[in-house]
Order: sequence, then C-alpha cells, then structure tokens
Amino acid sequence: MINISEVIETNKMIEHENLDVRTITMGINLLDCADGNLDVLCQNIYYKITRLAKDLVQTGENISKEFGIPIVNKRISITPISLVGSSACQTPDDYVAIATTLDKCAKELNVNFLGGYSAVVSKGMTASDELLIRSIPKALAQTERICSSVNVGSTKTGINMDAVRLMGDIVCQTAQLTKERDSLGCAKLVVLCNAPDDNPFMAGAFHGVSEADAVINVGVSGPGVVKYALQQLQNADFELLCETIKRTAFKITRVGQLVAQEASRRLGVPFGIIDLSLAPTPAIGDSVADIIKEIGVEQAGAPGTTAALALLNDQVKKGGVMASSYVGGLSGAFIPVSEDQGMIDAVECGALSIEKLEAMTCVCSVGLDMIAIPGDTRPETIAGIIADEAAIGMVNQKTTAVRIIPVIGKTVGQSVEFGGLLGHAPIMPVNSFSCERFVNRKGRIPAPIHSFKN
Amino acid sequence: MNRTIITVVGKDTVGIIAKVCTYLADNNVNILDISQTIVQEYFNMMMIVDMARMKKPFEVAAGELAEIGKQLGVQVKCQREEIFDKMHRI
Repeated sequence: MINISEVIETNKMIEHENLDVRTITMGINLLDCADGNLDVLCQNIYYKITRLAKDLVQTGENISKEFGIPIVNKRISITPISLVGSSACQTPDDYVAIATTLDKCAKELNVNFLGGYSAVVSKGMTASDELLIRSIPKALAQTERICSSVNVGSTKTGINMDAVRLMGDIVCQTAQLTKERDSLGCAKLVVLCNAPDDNPFMAGAFHGVSEADAVINVGVSGPGVVKYALQQLQNADFELLCETIKRTAFKITRVGQLVAQEASRRLGVPFGIIDLSLAPTPAIGDSVADIIKEIGVEQAGAPGTTAALALLNDQVKKGGVMASSYVGGLSGAFIPVSEDQGMIDAVECGALSIEKLEAMTCVCSVGLDMIAIPGDTRPETIAGIIADEAAIGMVNQKTTAVRIIPVIGKTVGQSVEFGGLLGHAPIMPVNSFSCERFVNRKGRIPAPIHSFKN
Repeated sequence: MNRTIITVVGKDTVGIIAKVCTYLADNNVNILDISQTIVQEYFNMMMIVDMARMKKPFEVAAGELAEIGKQLGVQVKCQREEIFDKMHRI
C-alpha cells in the first residue's frame, strides 16, 4: 500500500517543483473533409473538429481535479492543411479562410492552440504547398490560436533549399504583419527538419498521414523536479547523477502515462504516444538551464554545457522509456530562450549566444527555439540559419527546428515581452556576414550518406 | 473499491481528524488506513479511503473537504490513488 512519504513526495513535486502535464493533444485526421468547394471544406472541418474534440477540455479538467495534477494545455493537432485544402484552394487567401475556420473551432472548444496549419515539403513543394506557405503570414496575423509549421528536410530526402529560402521571407513577412504585437506571429511558426507525425507540442504539432483517425498524445514536463532531485546530490559522481535523473524522469513520465490512458479511455480515442520532454516555462524553478547549472556549469552556454545537456537528454529518455508503453513526438529536453528564465539570464549576462545554442541543438530535442533577433535581420540570413539547423537534423537523424522572431523595430540591447508561457526575451545578435549566394541557389541538398559515420 | 488518498497539511490544531472523519462517515466513505507525521513542523496526515459507496460526485466531495480544511486553517486534498501507485510502483 502507498505510504505517507510517497504521498508527500508526489505532492511536493506538484506544489513546489512545478510538476505538471504540459499538454493533452488530440490529433485529428482531416483528410476525409476534403472537397473541391471551399465553403463545404470549411464546414466539414468545423463539424469534424468540434464533434471529436467537444469534450477534450472538460475531460482534461476532470482528470486534473481527480488526480490533483495540473494539466496546463489542451490542444488539437490536425492533418497538414496543405493536403486537406489542395483541391479547394486557388489562392493564399483561400487558405486563410481555412485558418479562420480553425481558429473559430479552437475558440469554441476553448483549446489553447490548434496546430497543423502546415506543409510537409522535405523534397519538393506542390502548388498547394506553396500557396499554403505563402498564406502563413496573413493566417497567423488574423488568427489567435493557430500554429503553423513547415517541414523543409529529412534524413531520407535531404533539404529542400527552395522551401528554406522561401521560409526566410515568410518568417520576415509574419514578423512584419504582427509588428504591433512584437512580431508575435513568429512565435507560432516553426520550420522543421525530420518533423515527427505525432508531436503534441506547439508550434510544430500536426497529425501526420501515418496516424489513425483520432489519437491522444500527451506531453509531460518537470524540469523543476529534476533540478530539485539533483540539488540533493551536491557533488555526486556521474553514475549517481545519471541514476537520479533517470529515476526522476521515470516518475514524471508515469504521471503522463496515467493521464494519457485516462484521457484516452474517457474520450474513446486511442492513446498514441507520450512525449518525454523536459519543457520549461518562464516560472522560477521550471528551467532546463537551471538543471545544467545544477550539473555544474556556471551559466548555460559556458564550456561543458553541450556535454551536460547531452547527458541530461539521454537520461531523461532512458528513464522515461520504461515508464510509458509508447514513446514518440520530440522526446528530449527543450531549450527555448524566452520560455526559460535560466536561459534568459544566461543571454543577458553574455554567457549564451546563438552559435552555442546551435551546438546545443545537436544533442537535445528540437532546435533554435523562441529566440528574438533584430527586426532588420535579412530574410537570406534567416534562411541560412534555417539551413544550418536543418543540416544538423538531417545528418544526425534527429528532429531540428527553428522558431526565431525578428522583432520589427527592435535591436540588440532591447527585449521583448510575449506574455504567458511564451515569456520574454532579450534580442540576440546575429552574425552579420552574408549567405545570400548560398541560399539563393535553386534546388535541394541531397540526402546524406548513411555509412562512413565520422 | 474506489480508493482515494486524502491528505491534510498544515498547522496542528484540535479536531482536524474528527472533522474530516465526521464528513467521511456522513457521506458513507470507508477509511482503510490513516497515518500521520510531522514534516518541517507541519502536520501531515494521509488517509486511504474507499469512496465506492459515496453518493456525491468526486469533485463535489473534494470541494467540500477543501472547504472544511479552510475553516480549520489546513489544506485538504483528495486525489485518486492511481497517481501515487503509478509513480511509486513498477
């Protein structure tokens, strides 16, 4: 039988160490909504989403109350819209109409975000993929809860450099169209390489074509719990350090597994995966950078950071895998800047640069995330940053992503406030040398060789 | 069986257990186990109870117990047992 010290430990994690379930995300297939008529398509989408997800938020809240564990977000991911809208949409504005419908669904259901305003163009772009991509700036400016993503490369296909170059423009246009809100639109737009089909986390969530009609995916969190566990160790050796991270990750993930199974049972929707991620928030003590510091690096970004992060990421997976029946999504430690107070501190004191963040993305989940850069950064430079990050993902057979925000009207030395879970960020300097000739070449970078690993 | 863990945390005072137990008895909730300890000068009590024969919905009982806690100046929480089982047992 459960004893009192175990009960106290669990409740201490929840009340003092920010343990929560970050998101219950319902993935919904919209391929069967497709129609040649835009109005009919929008209607089909509206009915399908509101029918399947009508009880999502209430169910999440009930589970949260019964188990005493906060469930921060309830979200929806959908089939990449470039596939669903291909026969109905003739112009970018047609796609914007779909975005508006999706936003209406999200608001009526009271979900926090709806992801999947997406295109998967890792090898080539169809005409409808390109229309959707060109509609992104307007779609994000006119909606509140829609998240957009574009997958521009993969280990199997190489990198679609035409799409990379286009995304440099799209990021800048999105920033421009949402400049009154500190270019907030870019916080809801991510460019991916090797995007997973079952990711529950935003902004990159979409419901891939390999998935069932509807599915429940859950993202766990808990950097604060790991940090607290490591605080008790002081100068323990690596063996004990790693064991402690694994044990803690196991406990965190078990809660996610329980919530996922309950949500799946109550909603009558199959359980998909648990995403084993350490997802920070701007709350004090809920920081991945603080764990790095606890491992023994003075500030995130100092020498040793990449190794410490590699160790952390691997142990979180090792502990989490045993706690869950199915693991997927992004699974790893997230290192966003604006959403992590420890990262913000590291940037402000000069310890952390974009180049070091890029190195860190080689060993952990995702990539350059929630980084504010000067508003006058050129589209070609942004395309170059995207290409670099995609190359890391392609060669290392992992997911990488870029979610950077060129904040229009601001420059290095200033900062930007996004509010809520998106946090705030100092504007970081970007290398000012040009990559224009490189990114303006047409075509794609071939897939990498899969042997002779060096 | 519908096993639930009730925890009471706060400054020790007269009648905490009595008040909580009276509420449970009035609502047909059977107490399976009680233990208590002092952590950092705070009174910590844990009850394992069976709510299978309770008529009220879970969230109503949880709300009413929290209210009783407020009157006593302590925090009373109700959580289904599975969260602890899952976390601490393989």
